[in-house]
Amino acid sequence: MKLADRHRVAFGALARAPLRTAMLLLATAIGVAAVLVLTALGEAARVYIADEFQSLGTDLLVVMPGRTETSGAGAGMMSGATPRDITLDDARALLRSSAIATIAPLVVGESSVSVGSLERDVTIMGTTASYATIRHWTMASGEFLPDVDMDRESPVCVVGSTIGSELFRGEPPVGRWLRVGDRRCRVAGVLARQGISVMVDVDTVVMIPVAMAQSLFNSAGLFRVLIQARSRDVMPAAKRFVLATFRQRHHGEEDVTVITQDAVLQTFDGILGALTLALAGIAAISLLVAGVLIMNVMLVAVSQRTQEIGLLKALGARRSQVLALFLTEALYLALLGALAGVLAGFAGIWLLGNLYPAFTFRPPVWAVLGAVLLSMGCGMLFGILPARRAARLDPVAALARR
Amino acid sequence: MIVKVWPTVSPQSRSSPTPDAVAILRLEQLTRIFAVGDQFVRALDGVDLSIGTGEYISLMGPSGSGKSTLLNILGLLDRPTSGEYWLAGERTSTMNDDRLADTRQREIGFVFQFFHLIHRMTAVENVELPLMLAGVPMAERRARAHEVLRRMGLEARVDHRSNQLSGGERQRVAIARAVVMQPKILLADEPTGNLDSVSGGEVVKIVEALHDEGLTLVVVTHDQAIGSRAHRRLLMRDGKVVQDVSG
Repeated sequence: MKLADRHRVAFGALARAPLRTAMLLLATAIGVAAVLVLTALGEAARVYIADEFQSLGTDLLVVMPGRTETSGAGAGMMSGATPRDITLDDARALLRSSAIATIAPLVVGESSVSVGSLERDVTIMGTTASYATIRHWTMASGEFLPDVDMDRESPVCVVGSTIGSELFRGEPPVGRWLRVGDRRCRVAGVLARQGISVMVDVDTVVMIPVAMAQSLFNSAGLFRVLIQARSRDVMPAAKRFVLATFRQRHHGEEDVTVITQDAVLQTFDGILGALTLALAGIAAISLLVAGVLIMNVMLVAVSQRTQEIGLLKALGARRSQVLALFLTEALYLALLGALAGVLAGFAGIWLLGNLYPAFTFRPPVWAVLGAVLLSMGCGMLFGILPARRAARLDPVAALARR
Repeated sequence: MIVKVWPTVSPQSRSSPTPDAVAILRLEQLTRIFAVGDQFVRALDGVDLSIGTGEYISLMGPSGSGKSTLLNILGLLDRPTSGEYWLAGERTSTMNDDRLADTRQREIGFVFQFFHLIHRMTAVENVELPLMLAGVPMAERRARAHEVLRRMGLEARVDHRSNQLSGGERQRVAIARAVVMQPKILLADEPTGNLDSVSGGEVVKIVEALHDEGLTLVVVTHDQAIGSRAHRRLLMRDGKVVQDVSG
C-alpha cells in the first residue's frame, strides 16, 4: 500500500465521522493552546522583569544596609539587631573610586503632599540629581533636582506626572509650590509618564533632595545607594572598592550588601524560567488527557469498524498495513489538533496582548515545537493500543463481527 | 452422474481436466477444533479433498456442518488445527501471517453474503481496495476497477456509495472487488443469501461466467437450485464431506 493511499484512506475515515473527529481535534487543540498561552504568560513575566532591570542599566550596583550573606534575610531582620546606617558621608566616600562614575543616595518614605486644599499621601523619594541619569528618566517639563551638594536641603521637588496633573488641576506645576509634610518646595520639573518601574509607580512619586528627605523622615540612614560604574568591565573592581570602603568606615565590619543587576536579573530569570517550565508542564498534562481521549475514541472506532478490518484482511491486508492505517489516523488527529491548537493559542495570546499591552506575550519557540511534538507523540503513543488491537483481529471473527 | 460418498476423494468434473493432475487446492486429514467455554467443538473432522484448477464446486449442508469453516480455511482466513492444506502446490501450514495475507491477496477472491462493502467509499473505490493494498498506482487501479465494473454492468454506478445501490448491485460490486486482482480461486459464501430471486439469478450468472473464463469456483449455499448448478457438489455433515457428486 502506497503512503499516499494510506493517508487518503485514513483521512477519508476521519472525514466520514466529522463529530468524532471534531471532538478529538478540540481535545488536542485545547492542550496545545494551553501550553502556548501559559508559557507565553510565564515568558511575558520573565521578559517584563528582565526589561525592568535592564532599564536600570547593566553597570549598576546597589548598596543596601545589612549583610544578607550571613543572615540570609537582611542583617538584623531576624536577630533584632539593627545594621549600621549608610550615611551621606559613606555615599560620598564612594565617589573616590575611578571605577565609579556617579552615585545616587536614596531615602524612601510615605508622606502627605498638598497644594491648596488638595492633598494626598504619596511615596517620597529623597535623592540627588544623578538619580535621573542612573535611572535613564526623562522629564515631561522643567528639570530634575539641582546638581548641588547632597547635604544641602534645597526647597525644590520633582513630581510624577499623575501628581502633577491631579494636584495642580491641569495647571503647569513647574515653578509652583507644593507642601510635603511640614515643608514647602518649589516644583522644578514633572517626570515623563512611565508607569510602574521596579515595583514603584513613578507617576505618583514626589522626588526631593536627599538631605530634605532625611530631615523629613528624621533619619540619618539611607535606604539604598545606587552606584553607576564607569563600565561593565570595572563592576568587580567597583564592588570590591565599595565593600572595602564600608569595612574601613564601619570599623572593619562588612555590614552592607552590594548587589549587581546581573545577579538580580539571573535570580529572577531563574525563578521565572522555572515558573514557565512549571506552567508548560501543567498544560502538558492536558495533552496527555487528550492522548487518552484519542485512545478511547480510537478503541471505539476499532470496535465500530471491526467488519471493515476483517474485510481488509480478507482482501490481503497485512497486519502491519492495518496497524499503519490506524496509526496514521491517530497521527492525523494529533497533527491537525496540534495545528488547531497553535492557531487557537496564538489567537489567545493576541487577545492577551491587546488586553495587557504593557506585557510582551510571546510563547518560547521550544514551547510551540514541544507542544506540537508532544501532541503528536501522545497521539502516536495512545494510538498504538487501538491500532494493535485492529491489526490483531482475527479476520473470520471480525467479518462475523464477533 | 458419478456419486461419491465420504471418504472418497478425487472427484471428476465434466468440464474440468482431471483435478488430481492439476489440483489447485488439496486438503489432507484437515481438522479444525474450536474451544467454546470448556467444550471443544470439532468443526472439521479429518477432511480430505482435492479441487482441480477451473472446477465449479458447490458446498452444501445443514447449519453447523462446517461449510463456512472449510471455506475460511480454503481462503486462508483461518488455520486448521491439524492436517495439511496445499494451495497451488504450496504447503500453507509453513506460511507466516504476511505470506498468508499476500497469497490471499494474489490467489483468492471472496464474495460474502452481506457484501461487506465500505459504506463511506464509492463503488469504484471499493473495487480498488485490493489493488490499493497491493500498491498498484492510482491511475492503473482506477482503470482496472472501471473495467471490471463495466463487465458487471455497473458502469453507470461507479461513483455511487453502497447505500445508493440495490442489493444485487452491491453484490456485483463485491464480485468485481473479488476478481479485480485476477485471482485463481473465487470463494463465495451464500452469495445470493441476501438477495431476491432476480438479483440472485444475475449474481449466479456472473460467477458462472467468471468460471467459464477459467476461475476455480467454490460456492457455499443452502439453496438446492444454485448448488445443483455446480459441476461438483459436496455435501457436508458434522465436519465431514459425506457426499461428493460430479456431473
